[in-house]
Amino acid sequence: MRLEQMYQDVILDHYKHPHHRGLREPFGAEVYHVNPTCGDEVTLRVSLSEDGERVTDVSYDGQGCSISQAATSVLCDLVIGQTVGDALKTVQAFSEMVSSRGADPGDEHVLGDGIAFAGVSKYPARVKCALLGWLAFKTAAAEATASLCEEKR
Amino acid sequence: MTVSIDLDSTDLDQVRADFPILNRVMRGGNRLAYLDSGATSQKPVQVLDAERQFLTTSNGAVHRGAHQLMEEATDAFEAGRADIAGFVGAAPDQVIFTKNATEALNLVSYILGDDRSAHVIGPGDVIVTTELEHHANLIPWQELARRTGATLRWYGVTDDGHLDLDSLVLDERAKVVAFTHHSNVTGTGSPVAELVARAKAVGALTVLDACQSVPHQPVDFRALEVDFAAFSGHKMLGPTGIGALYGRPELLAALPPFLTGGSMIETVTMESATYAPPPQRFEAGTQMISQVVGLAAAVHYLSAIGMSAVAAHEHRLVTATLEGLSEIPEVRIIGPADPAVRHSPVAFVVNGVHAHDVGQVLDDEGVAVRVGHHCAAPLHRRFGLAASVRASFAVYNTADEVDRLIAGVRRAIDFFGQRGSA
Repeated sequence: MRLEQMYQDVILDHYKHPHHRGLREPFGAEVYHVNPTCGDEVTLRVSLSEDGERVTDVSYDGQGCSISQAATSVLCDLVIGQTVGDALKTVQAFSEMVSSRGADPGDEHVLGDGIAFAGVSKYPARVKCALLGWLAFKTAAAEATASLCEEKR
Repeated sequence: MTVSIDLDSTDLDQVRADFPILNRVMRGGNRLAYLDSGATSQKPVQVLDAERQFLTTSNGAVHRGAHQLMEEATDAFEAGRADIAGFVGAAPDQVIFTKNATEALNLVSYILGDDRSAHVIGPGDVIVTTELEHHANLIPWQELARRTGATLRWYGVTDDGHLDLDSLVLDERAKVVAFTHHSNVTGTGSPVAELVARAKAVGALTVLDACQSVPHQPVDFRALEVDFAAFSGHKMLGPTGIGALYGRPELLAALPPFLTGGSMIETVTMESATYAPPPQRFEAGTQMISQVVGLAAAVHYLSAIGMSAVAAHEHRLVTATLEGLSEIPEVRIIGPADPAVRHSPVAFVVNGVHAHDVGQVLDDEGVAVRVGHHCAAPLHRRFGLAASVRASFAVYNTADEVDRLIAGVRRAIDFFGQRGSA
């Protein structure tokens, strides 16, 4: 069944029991992203270590489909605790996998539970769902880094 | 095809045979059940054949030159205009071709902001629309207000999805009242006569978005007494790239052009130009010729079935959909549950399952529905929603397809209720 291939149990688990959900203090940057085609939205905060090297927290709130909510939950599991550089590499790997139209199964060592979203890549209309939280994180991480640089000046 | 009051199953089989796409088996292994005609309709072979016949025998630029193909193309184009106009109760010179209804509504909104317009809108004036609108009949008016310094006001929507006529009182500042004929979400029809009467009482013009009515029932713009109306070809079995604006002739004659260029002129010097009478004044550049031929074929096709029969058939489907969905406790229908006050689209949400996920399960079943806000984000916000599922119908849909929709919604509830809840 194609449906089960797309909605793997790990996705439904994250959807029903999202990790790291809820907006938390402190944070270095907060962004609000929407998917204009469906109205799904996420507000996402990123907190970096004082030296700007490490992602210390990612918190979020919003509403959306199972794919967007589960993908944001998996994102937090993966990038919290990573260096900013590694986190952006994770985002890049996830983005390439879900945009690959099924060609890229994803590297479990890099993406962990995230490889469950490889099936989504066969449904072009759902790629934006999977990327909603991830692209919000990318923007927020850049803004948090920029604001740290501002403070140092 | 014969003109009949009712579409029986034999008639329906004949109709469906004209739409080869309806036989497609989709990626989930199921035959297509196309319930997204509110977004765009499928096209019968008669429409495709008409375009092909025109393009392979008579294609030429219209209203210019003097060769035989140009004459034949012009005849086909203008005969198409006459038939399309007649289909909506208009005379040929009252119908202006545009690329779609969105462009038609933009055309009106631009010429009403032009200082050459007898009805020019300016600071202190009020532009009225409604909370029920598709973005295409909202944003052009927001932009007109921004350009002119006028104020935008709107009729609100009641909890059951009707226009709330008590939510706004018009006065002489109101210059235009733009409203939908049928909502593309709640399926409710606007009280056109009442709104026209209120607009006339204060001297305001009326603009009707008829995209969701013209494909589904008999519509007569002159009888409705609206000043302008817009509709789209691709939602009524016709091609994409062709829409139309209806306008009362005395208004069109007094209004300046929107787009300018070739074909819409009388005389041109290096300094200035004078403009052709309507409808050419509003049809700059080479027109959508084969698309007009195709849309005329769509009008012939619908007329042969009879729009009363189309409306009765779709009403049965809407009624069955409302009844089937009402039996599912998790489903909340947007708009009134009473089929008597509803038209084609039926939008709904499923408690505990996001619209996108419902749509994905339906897609797996071969059932094509729209998910999202259907270009009516303010209306969704009015109901506390970001997205909904929408089933919309056309003459080729069947009761069996409604059953598949209902079964698919139940499957979505089972799928997301049982799995992943451990």
